[in-house]
Amino acid sequence: MSRRPIAEDDLHAYVDQALEPERRAEVASYLADHVDVAERVAAFAAQREQLRDALASITDEPLPAALNLSRIIESRKRRPSRVWAAIAALLLLGLGGLGGWTMRSLLPDRSSGLSALAQEAAYSYGVYAPDRVRPVEIRASDSAELTQWVSNRLKQPVKVPDLAVSGYRLMGGRLIATSHGPAAMFMYDDDHGNRLVVLTRPMSNPDQATPMLPQSTGDVAGFAWADRGMGYTLVGQLPADTLKPIANEIRKQAGPI
Amino acid sequence: MKDMLVQVEPLIPALRRYARALVRDRSAADDLVQDCLERAVSRWHQRRDGSVRAWLFTILHNLAVTQFRQTTARGRHMRIDDAGEQELVSAAAQEHRVIYQDVLNKLAKLPEEQRAVLLLVAVEDLSYADAAAVLNIPVGTVMSRLSRARERLLQEMDGVAPENVVALRSMK
Repeated sequence: MSRRPIAEDDLHAYVDQALEPERRAEVASYLADHVDVAERVAAFAAQREQLRDALASITDEPLPAALNLSRIIESRKRRPSRVWAAIAALLLLGLGGLGGWTMRSLLPDRSSGLSALAQEAAYSYGVYAPDRVRPVEIRASDSAELTQWVSNRLKQPVKVPDLAVSGYRLMGGRLIATSHGPAAMFMYDDDHGNRLVVLTRPMSNPDQATPMLPQSTGDVAGFAWADRGMGYTLVGQLPADTLKPIANEIRKQAGPI
Repeated sequence: MKDMLVQVEPLIPALRRYARALVRDRSAADDLVQDCLERAVSRWHQRRDGSVRAWLFTILHNLAVTQFRQTTARGRHMRIDDAGEQELVSAAAQEHRVIYQDVLNKLAKLPEEQRAVLLLVAVEDLSYADAAAVLNIPVGTVMSRLSRARERLLQEMDGVAPENVVALRSMK
């Protein structure tokens, strides 16, 4: 039986206890015959122990809250879920459309009401507000073009609300599809990155006017109302008492042109 | 996600230890670990079969290296000798403090690539193959860096001149 010569790698594997028992015994017997090498190996082993001891206390420290894995998983889950909720809602809307057709004589017609408008806004919020690349199709810098475009498509003069007094800047807007035809969506943000969505479209009743009503879909909430046949809604992920004065401002500005 | 929690959570203390030994600043190290965990959560389903431990250390190591490069590119130096000594060694084992600080100060003087190998192998107990995977280098390179790291640390600690060292030939 020919023994493999002992190499540098064997010495390190000996120190790191990474050798098979047989090889370990061979290295041990080699070291017994070579005092100078054995001293070096002993020094490596001592060094290893010192390093481990010096760093050991770190693993005994309580974990900071930021490294709580359950919390990291939770906050991770919350982010994409908004988009998925919106997609699921759109699918349900499709199913609801089918079901609703057969049920419509039995149930009050929710789909033409303010809650439908607020839901449309919530879905748009879910889809576009998290979008970091292209949340709006026409940017605020082209707001004249935006106003012209949506007014043409809605066949109504549409004013883009100015929310500067509330601390929100217009980011821009786009048309969105609803079961009642096109709606104009405007998006706003503030210095903290909070985004708001304003949605407006003609209501099915051309004279409809309603008081402002609170609305919520999932974690997106806001207010909706109608004036002279146009429906309006403001939604976001902010408390109702923060959104209410902004909605009032929009209603004030949307008055007769 | 449940099995992720079970497999990853017990490794967090070791990840913190590795990060702290590399960057020597408690909050910078914990920031790295937090980044690492966030990535691990989002990529959990993309990981290949094999050691979760090696996978996590790979993510962490790459983040640390990126940070080293950015820091170097900005011309700032990581605090090495003056920083974090209080943090690296807690109140325990007061009589060993001086020795601990000494070995850690000397460890900090090693080139980053040698320090990483030594920490992964000697402290974190990664196999040579896992350490090679984490660092994306061949096992032979792990062995030669490990050898150089140990030799150099020994010299730092003893003040031994390199020519007095009896080294064996490296055999393949």
